[in-house]
Amino acid sequence: MIPELGHLALILALLLALVQGVFPFIGAARGVPMWMQLGLSVARGQFVFVSIAFCSLSYAFYANDFSVLYVAEHSNSALPLQYRLAALWGGHEGSMLLWASILALWTVGVTLFSRHLPAEFRARIIGTMGLISIGFLLFILLASDPFERLIPAAMDGRDLNPLLQDPGMVFHPPVLYMGYVGFSVAFAFAIAALLGGQLDRTWARWTRPWTTVAWVFLTVGIAFGSKWAYYELGWGGWWFWDAVENASFMPWLVGTALIHSLAVTEKRDAFKLWTVLLAIFAFSLSLLGTFLVRSGVLTSVHAFATDPRRGLFILVFLGLVIGGALTLFALRAPRVGLGGKFDLQSRESMLLANNVILVAAAGSVMLGTLYPLFLDALGMGKISVGPPYFDTVFVPIMTPALFLMGLAIFARWKKTDLPALALRLKWALGVSAATALLLPLVLGKWTPMIALGLLLALWIVATAAINLRERLRQQSFTSLSRAYLGMLLAHLGVAVFITGVTLVKGYEIERDLSMKPGDTTQIGGYVFRFEGVSDTAGPNYQAARGVVRISRDNKEIAILSPEKRLYTVQNMPMTEAAIDAGLLRDLYVSLGEPVGKDAWALRIYIKPFAHWIWAGCMLMALGGLLALSDRRYRRERAAAEATP
Amino acid sequence: MKPTLKYLLPLAVFMALAGFLAVGLHLNPRELPSPLIDKPAPAFSLPKLGEASGKFSSEDMKGKIWLLNVWASWCSACREEHPVLVELAKSGQVELYGLDYKDTDADGLAWLKEGGNPYRAIAVDADGRVGIDYGVYGVPETYLIDKAGIIRYKQIGPVTREVWNEKLLPLIKGLR
Repeated sequence: MIPELGHLALILALLLALVQGVFPFIGAARGVPMWMQLGLSVARGQFVFVSIAFCSLSYAFYANDFSVLYVAEHSNSALPLQYRLAALWGGHEGSMLLWASILALWTVGVTLFSRHLPAEFRARIIGTMGLISIGFLLFILLASDPFERLIPAAMDGRDLNPLLQDPGMVFHPPVLYMGYVGFSVAFAFAIAALLGGQLDRTWARWTRPWTTVAWVFLTVGIAFGSKWAYYELGWGGWWFWDAVENASFMPWLVGTALIHSLAVTEKRDAFKLWTVLLAIFAFSLSLLGTFLVRSGVLTSVHAFATDPRRGLFILVFLGLVIGGALTLFALRAPRVGLGGKFDLQSRESMLLANNVILVAAAGSVMLGTLYPLFLDALGMGKISVGPPYFDTVFVPIMTPALFLMGLAIFARWKKTDLPALALRLKWALGVSAATALLLPLVLGKWTPMIALGLLLALWIVATAAINLRERLRQQSFTSLSRAYLGMLLAHLGVAVFITGVTLVKGYEIERDLSMKPGDTTQIGGYVFRFEGVSDTAGPNYQAARGVVRISRDNKEIAILSPEKRLYTVQNMPMTEAAIDAGLLRDLYVSLGEPVGKDAWALRIYIKPFAHWIWAGCMLMALGGLLALSDRRYRRERAAAEATP
Repeated sequence: MKPTLKYLLPLAVFMALAGFLAVGLHLNPRELPSPLIDKPAPAFSLPKLGEASGKFSSEDMKGKIWLLNVWASWCSACREEHPVLVELAKSGQVELYGLDYKDTDADGLAWLKEGGNPYRAIAVDADGRVGIDYGVYGVPETYLIDKAGIIRYKQIGPVTREVWNEKLLPLIKGLR
């Protein structure tokens, strides 16, 4: 009964989405306030019905209703409750429902926090989001129905993929989707502005907070995913340039470019076409990511069930949304003025360079991701593109952007004096260069990549510090705007991230050993003593749990218990690495296969500064949040609440 | 470039990309051509599952059209495939032989007891050596081998009813 209720709720939500995607546009074109208003109430109604569908499916998982095919395929009665609920997005149909729910959530958010916008503009935004919602709800109802019944019902479910039975997987997909789908708001603002012909500074000011929120979610979501891969896959990698990872990274790169470009449009009324194009691209890449993951055109370690019919549906949808948006752009762009002029040496030109670099980086990731597909489509053979391509291409592209990060915060709008600037920053450059050259020698190994990574990180920190000091000479700390502090914090996050990546890559120690109980081994100053393996059992798995005692200078610092689990329902072995995380290093132990009589294969890694990678991402996200709490947004909201 | 054409550029790039994606939908990235197609099947002689003294030798198969299905009790896709194989064996349209890949005898036998045994005989490839000769990189895989001992087709992933009707059956009819 409950699943049918959910299904009915989805149909009603689709009907409301149809109203939402049509009437506000007509209302805005003809100036009928009633029809424009209608969009708002309908959008809220749609959210209610999508929520009912979401809760119905959650309930089916909670109650172990194996007469629902999707539940039978992705859950099991022995699965702990938190994973049963997270199993909702463990497969294709549920992921799509999550997508639609989050889109409805963002739309309600827009209806609530957009009272300060002109009625026509607001109506077109709501209408655009309605159109997107129609596509997804139709897709769910026609090709990915999560409520389909299984008759007769299964005795028990096939269980959630053990890889996904992890606390990280409870949060990673919703947060990531909040980011993905959040770019639909910036997209809808761009479409509304193109339709109404009001592509100006106010448009940029209104778009900015929404874009930043989506970007913060995407940043955190990607970091979660990377952390999960680090401890769950058992080989200590944190990024694999896998097609699915790239699908989330491309919108992030373009979203980052969009945030900076919006700043220029708001402050200087420049880059308008570029900004609007980026807003379209960021969401288009989110959709493209969905297509790549869901259609099966690419192979990936994220093995999802794939279906070409679904791929075709998403492709047609993609064509309508992106093709429509770009057609609108081509029609309206010639009428948009160029905006404020600027000199070649100015903050604008530096931000433009940074933008071009970020987009080029996203393009190179896309090329690497789709290259096997291009060749295959042209009948030129099958190849795969791996991390070596991305590592070689990505570092040289991003290096100038990171260098510009330090420079651009000093540059003035319109025109800046580069030679004078260089003089002001000579100490920053000197100190960071000297440290970058000498520090690796102290640490024991010097390579160009380590020196380059450290140089960039130190340069960003040094320039940020000098910039802050110069500002503090003119004003007190409390009078600094939160937007400025947020920017500094996010840039600092980039420096922390680069430090982590550089030092992990440069100084990690990896050992694959075969050890018997009682064996010890010394790696990088730490003594690892293997105590043996005992059998244990979890709620839905059996495990062999190893015990490794780690000491340094005869003092015990950690006891790690890596596990080798066998999830009984799917008969799937899983590695649970054990990690002693620290500020300066991670000690990482994972248990391999038994070798011979009582020896076991063990992987022991020492990963210096590994946690700085995710700490850097969190700082970037915090910087975004700090900028969002800037006074002008609070003032705007207060003003909006005063005028109903 | 005319100024108005300039603004059509993003659309044109996207259309090209969409074209590739549309073609890509019809290709299967997991389908790698096997270098062994139309080459002699690697010879092997292995113990038989469930018969302590029996030997399964590929030499004995000369003169037959047969399917070699690589499976394992730990493979979840095999569970999906198994009912189809049982049905095929009952229909008697083809001689089906198994290769139990990197598995223990006890697990393999338990699996057959549970799901039924569609195979005329099963070779035990406990250490996966024969699997390497055949280029097995995932279980299940199925090889169609003709009277002269030449591999004619390799099915990667489960044999489904569609695969049987559209690929294997026409090939077998052609070989006869």
